[in-house]
Amino acid sequence: MSNMIIDKDGVRRYVVSITVNGDEYTKMVKSNTLLVNFLRDALDLTGTKKGCELGDCGSCTVLLDGKTPINSCLMLAVEADGREFITVEGVASHEKLDHIQEKFIEHGALQCGYCTPGMILSAKALLTRNPKPTEHEVREAIAGNLCRCTGYINIIKAIMDASGQEIPM
Amino acid sequence: MSEKNFNVIGKGKPRYDGRVKVTGAAKYCGDLKFPNMLYGKMLGSPYAHAKILSIDTSEAMKIPGVKAVITAKDVPSLKYGISPARWDENCLCIEKALFVGDKVAAVACVDEETCYKALKAIKVEYEVLKPVLDYMHADEDDMPQIHEKYAKNINTEIHQEFGDIKKAFAEAHYVRTDTFVGQRCYQCPIEPHSAVCIWQDNKLTVYSSTQSVHYFQHYIAREFELPMGDVRVIAPFVGGGFGGKLEPTGLEFNGAALSRITGRPVKMFYDRQEMFQHNRGRHQGTYKITSGVDKDGKILGCHVDFQTDGGAYTSLGIATAYYAGALLPLTYEIPVYKFDNRRMYTNLPACGAHRGHGAPQPKYAFESHMDNIAKAMGIDPLDIRLRNARRPNTETVNNFKVNSCGMKECLERAGELSDWRKKKKEGLPKGRGIGISTGSFVTGAGYPIYRTDLPHASCMIRVHEDGTSATLYSGTVDIGQGSHTILCQMAAEAMGYRYENMKMVASDTETCPLDFGAYASRQTLMSGSAVKQAGEEIYRQIIDMASTMLNLPPEDLKCELGVISSISRPKVAPITFEEVARRFFVLRGPLIAKGVYTPPRLGGTFKGAPVGTSPAYSFCVQAAEVQIDEETGKIDVERVWDVHDVGQVINPVNLHGQVHGALYMGLGETIWEQVHFDSNGKIVNGNLGGYMIMTALDMPPITSEVLEDSYEIAGPWGAKEVGEGATNPTIGAFRNAIFDAMGVSVNSVPLTYEKVWRALKEKRESENK
Repeated sequence: MSNMIIDKDGVRRYVVSITVNGDEYTKMVKSNTLLVNFLRDALDLTGTKKGCELGDCGSCTVLLDGKTPINSCLMLAVEADGREFITVEGVASHEKLDHIQEKFIEHGALQCGYCTPGMILSAKALLTRNPKPTEHEVREAIAGNLCRCTGYINIIKAIMDASGQEIPM
Repeated sequence: MSEKNFNVIGKGKPRYDGRVKVTGAAKYCGDLKFPNMLYGKMLGSPYAHAKILSIDTSEAMKIPGVKAVITAKDVPSLKYGISPARWDENCLCIEKALFVGDKVAAVACVDEETCYKALKAIKVEYEVLKPVLDYMHADEDDMPQIHEKYAKNINTEIHQEFGDIKKAFAEAHYVRTDTFVGQRCYQCPIEPHSAVCIWQDNKLTVYSSTQSVHYFQHYIAREFELPMGDVRVIAPFVGGGFGGKLEPTGLEFNGAALSRITGRPVKMFYDRQEMFQHNRGRHQGTYKITSGVDKDGKILGCHVDFQTDGGAYTSLGIATAYYAGALLPLTYEIPVYKFDNRRMYTNLPACGAHRGHGAPQPKYAFESHMDNIAKAMGIDPLDIRLRNARRPNTETVNNFKVNSCGMKECLERAGELSDWRKKKKEGLPKGRGIGISTGSFVTGAGYPIYRTDLPHASCMIRVHEDGTSATLYSGTVDIGQGSHTILCQMAAEAMGYRYENMKMVASDTETCPLDFGAYASRQTLMSGSAVKQAGEEIYRQIIDMASTMLNLPPEDLKCELGVISSISRPKVAPITFEEVARRFFVLRGPLIAKGVYTPPRLGGTFKGAPVGTSPAYSFCVQAAEVQIDEETGKIDVERVWDVHDVGQVINPVNLHGQVHGALYMGLGETIWEQVHFDSNGKIVNGNLGGYMIMTALDMPPITSEVLEDSYEIAGPWGAKEVGEGATNPTIGAFRNAIFDAMGVSVNSVPLTYEKVWRALKEKRESENK
C-alpha cells in the first residue's frame, strides 16, 4: 500500500506514482479519485474525455501497461499506483502522427472528435495484438467506444486501411 | 450541367481540425480551466410536478468549500425561451418544479465533490402535485394545468388548410387513414454540456458547448439586462449537438449568477443523467394521416392530424410543431393539404430540435402510409413515389419555392442501386424485405429564431502581411459536421488560394462577425455565401494589385491556387499570391474583406408561414433491405442505399460522413432508441447502457451516392444541405422494409424485436384460425 496521510478532516490521502506516456508522476490523491480525473485534473491531460462516468461510452479509454484498453472512469487512482498508461497524448511521437491517426484524418473517421481519443487507443490496442484483423474484429474492438456522429463506417475503414488491408463496404 | 473547374471545392480535403482531434489537443468546454475557478452544479427536483414551499440553504452554506448557494430569488425572474411568443422557463424554478430534474437551486464550490455535498444539504420542502405524464390525455378535465397561461395544457395549436380537402377526398378513387406513433428520443451527443462563466469588471464571458454563440449572447444579455457588447460567448470545440445544444441550459444563466456573486470563474456541467433530464430531444407524437388518391395512386389531397408531447417547456418546440407538418408537402406534390397539430405540455423533460427538426417522425408516418396505400392498390412502392415525386422549379401548396430538385432521379437511382425491380419481380426469400422512402430538408431557415433584421451570416477574411496564410473570421460553430473545413475550402476557392494555407478564428462573439450558428443545416449555404463574397473581394484586390505589378489589365489576369498569371500571354512569368499580398500590405495596408448574407423574403402570409421556408431544399431517397428472424423478431439490416441531391458537393468525405451519421441515428430511432419513464415521470434509462445507441457491431453497410449534375441557384457554387435531411427518410425506409418482410404492420416505433416477434406471432395465429 502506498504512503498515506490523514488530513485534519479525517480524509485519507495517498501518495501514488503513476507512469503516463513514459513519464512518472508522483501525486497525492483521495481514495475516491478516479484515474480519469487524475489524468485530466492533476496532469491536465484532457485528451482523455469524460462522456458518462459509468463505463458505457469509452471516451475515457486509456491503455494499461501500454496495451490493454480500459475505461479510466472505472479505475481508481490508488489502483493505478505503480502502473503504466498510454493516453492519446502519447500516441504520436513528437511531430509525427501515428499511422492510425493519419488514417483517421484521411478517411474522415472523426467528426466532433469527442470519441476520437478513445477510438484511436482501442484501434491501437487492436492492431498491436492483431495486426491483420477482420472487419468483424475491428467492429468488436471498438464496440465499447460509442460514436454519435460517424455511424462508425469511416472509422472501420480507417482501421482496416491502417492494417494495410482492403477497405470494406 | 456546367463545366466544373474547381481547384479547392468538390475535393475531399482533410478536416481542418483533424490533427488536433486525433492527438487529443482539442480543448472542449469541459476541458477548460481558469485560475481561481469554482465548480458549479444545479439541484434538480425529485418530483415531476411539485409546488416549492420553502428552500433552506443554511446547512449547505456551512460546508467548507461551498462559496455560493443560489435559489430563484438570486437570479433574474425574467422568463426565457426561444420564441418570444412562448417564453416560459426560468433560470431557477420560482413556484413550481415541472419535471424530474427541473432546476431548483445551484451551488458553486471549490471542487466537484463539495458540490454534491452541498446539493445534498439543501433542504427543499415540496407539495407534490399530480403530474401530467400522458400527452394524449393532457387536455382532460381531471388533469392539472401545468402553466397558468395555457388552458388544457395545450402549448401550441396549429390549423392550416390549403385548398378544399373535403372536395379532394370526395373526388378520390381511394381514401385511406392510418395512424402511427413515435417515441421520445434524445440526441445523446458524446460530449456532455458545460459552461464556464466569468463575470469580471462588469463584463460576462461565457465559454459554452453551444451550437450558436450569437443566440446565446442574445439570450444571456437579455436575461441579465446587459448590452450585448458586454457579453462574450465563445464555443470551444463542441462534441456534437444534433440540436440539443442550440438553446441555453440553465448552466449558462446560473453559472453567470454564481460568478457574479463569487467574483470567480465558475464551471458548470451536466452528467449523463442530467443531460437526459435537460433533454430537448425528439418529440413523441401520434400521427393520423388521411390521403385521397386517384386510380394511379396520385395524391389528390392529404389531411395530417398530429398530437405531440412537448414536455414541461416550449423550448424550440413551437418551431418543431410547425415543422412537423410544414415539410411534408416537399418530396411529393400534394395539391390540397390540411395540417392540424397540438403540442401538449406534460411534466416530462422538454423536447426541442433534434436532427431533422420535427420532420423525421411525421415523415416516418407519411412514408409508412404511402406504402399502405401502395399495397392496398397493388402499386409498387417505388412507382407510387415516382408518380408523386416533386419536380424542380415548383412551389409547394404551403408556399415553399423549390428550385433544384432531383427527387425523381434520386428515386430512379436508388431503385437501380438496390436492384429494386428485380427483387420485386422475382421476390425475396422468406423473412427478407426491402423498403424505400424519400426525404427533404431546409438549407437554412428563412427567418431567424427571434425577430430581428440582422443578416443571417457575415464574415471577414484577413490575408497575412506576407501572404503566406489567410484567416477567416466567422461566428459559425463546427459541432463536428465539418463546417470549418468546408468554409475554408470555399474561402480558398473564391480567393484563388490554397486550402492548406487557410486559418480560422470562429465561434466567438467578440472576435468574429455575427453568424446565427449551427442549426437548420444552414452554414454551408448561408455562411458559405458570406464567405464566397468575402473571398471574391480578396480576389479582386489581389488581381488589382497584380495588374499594377505586371502592368497588365486586370481582366487578363487569373489567380488559381495562389498563382497569378496572364490569360492571353502564357509566356509572362506568373507571380505568387504571397508576393502580391505582401506588396498590397506595403502600399495599401491590411488586405481584408467582408461578406454578408441575408436570405430573400420567403414564403406565404398565413399564420406560421415562415417555418419551413428556406432558400433551397435538399432531396434524398433511402432504400433498405432487412432480414427478420421469425423465431426471435431480430432484425438484421443487410444493406442501406442513400442517393442525395445536395447540389454542388463541397467536400465528398464530409458529405458521406454526414449521410452515414444521419442514417445511423435514424436506424437507432427505428429499432432501439427510446427514453423510458417510470409511473412518476422519472427517467429509468438515462445512461448510455440503458438508452440503446448503436455500437460499431450494429451498423449495417451503406452505399451513399449523390446526383452529380445537381446545381442549386440559391447556394454558393450551387451547394445545399446534407446534415439533417439525411435523417428524414430513414425511419420510413426501415419501417417499410420491415413491413415488406413481415407482411403485417407494427404502427409504432421503435420497432423492437419484441414488437416484431409479437406481431408475427399474432399473424401466424390469425392465419391458423
